Amino acid sequence: MLFTLFWTFFKIGLFTFGGGYAMIPFIHQYAVEKYKWITDDEFLDIIAIAESTPGPIAINSATYIGYKVKGVGGSALATLGVVLPSIVIITLIAAFFMQFKDNVYVEYTFKGIRIGVAILVLNAAIRMYKKLDKNLLSFFLILVGFGLILFEILPVIYVILIGGITGIIYQLVKVRGEDNV
Amino acid sequence: MFSLLWELFITFFKIGIFTFGGGYAMIPLITEEVVAKNWLETSRLIDFIAISESTPGPFAINISTFIGYNQAGILGAIFATFGVVLPSFIIIIIIAKAFHKFATNKFVVGFLRGVKPVVVGVIFSVAITFLLKSIFDLSVLDILNVDFRWSTLIIFAVVFAMTRIWKKIHPIFIVLVSGIMGLIIYGLIL
Repeated sequence: MLFTLFWTFFKIGLFTFGGGYAMIPFIHQYAVEKYKWITDDEFLDIIAIAESTPGPIAINSATYIGYKVKGVGGSALATLGVVLPSIVIITLIAAFFMQFKDNVYVEYTFKGIRIGVAILVLNAAIRMYKKLDKNLLSFFLILVGFGLILFEILPVIYVILIGGITGIIYQLVKVRGEDNV
Repeated sequence: MFSLLWELFITFFKIGIFTFGGGYAMIPLITEEVVAKNWLETSRLIDFIAISESTPGPFAINISTFIGYNQAGILGAIFATFGVVLPSFIIIIIIAKAFHKFATNKFVVGFLRGVKPVVVGVIFSVAITFLLKSIFDLSVLDILNVDFRWSTLIIFAVVFAMTRIWKKIHPIFIVLVSGIMGLIIYGLIL
């Protein structure tokens, strides 16, 4: 059982390219359909958990499913499984990259790729913007986050905390307002 | 050596705590830390991001492993990755039993209500920073020194149009196409 857990997440780590969201269908296929470790409802919880807790979705889901199956030990094995392929593959690639990074043609290629990556980040921002609730608070906070970081006024962590604290104040004031009605 | 490993662990632990909203939300934190500590220049970091997007495994783990390896070899890779994983691991184990209570707590709901939009703004600004750096090789703070070249804008225009037309396109293809265009434009034309 523990080995199956490890092996399943190892495969998920090995065959997922890109962000953690690409992993969701795989996780459903194995953890819900094949091994029945979690129910469909719990699966939906995982997505909600991943969106409401810090950290990569891959790690959040491995830890959660591992915990449901076999407690803390299960969590550790599932997480190790999902992380291990990356450590091996990236270490090999990093060693290889260091050999070739100063080659002039590699540099030309990466000059193009850097523009591609900037576009990937821009598209991620657009995608996340579309998923937001649109209201005055969120437009205000987008501008705050954008301006403070673009002009290097505050470190990212403080900016995130400013957003979180503003959100909490808004929530408390709003909930109290609704209670009064 | 041990102090560097410890610094990698702590830095990535901090990044892990403050990453809300998936791998891309990690990029602003990583950029800030890595550039401030002089571990990498912005353009080299973007190369690492490209490779981490186009290799198997979650992006967040790949980029942490890559930076850790670059700083301190295989042990560095392990310490950085362990650092970025640990906060999620601890938090999930704490809330796994009472997730619904956690998810409906008014402080959690309020916190996320504010964090989500602010993170979107932060990622937009990092996208602008990366675009300025990769197209014009300059930063926001010295924008008046712009060295304008049409040819680099072509890569941006083509790749951006491609991603807008074909919305489900995988990051690997974007990396491939922009790399080939870079090789042709910088290598043969410029």
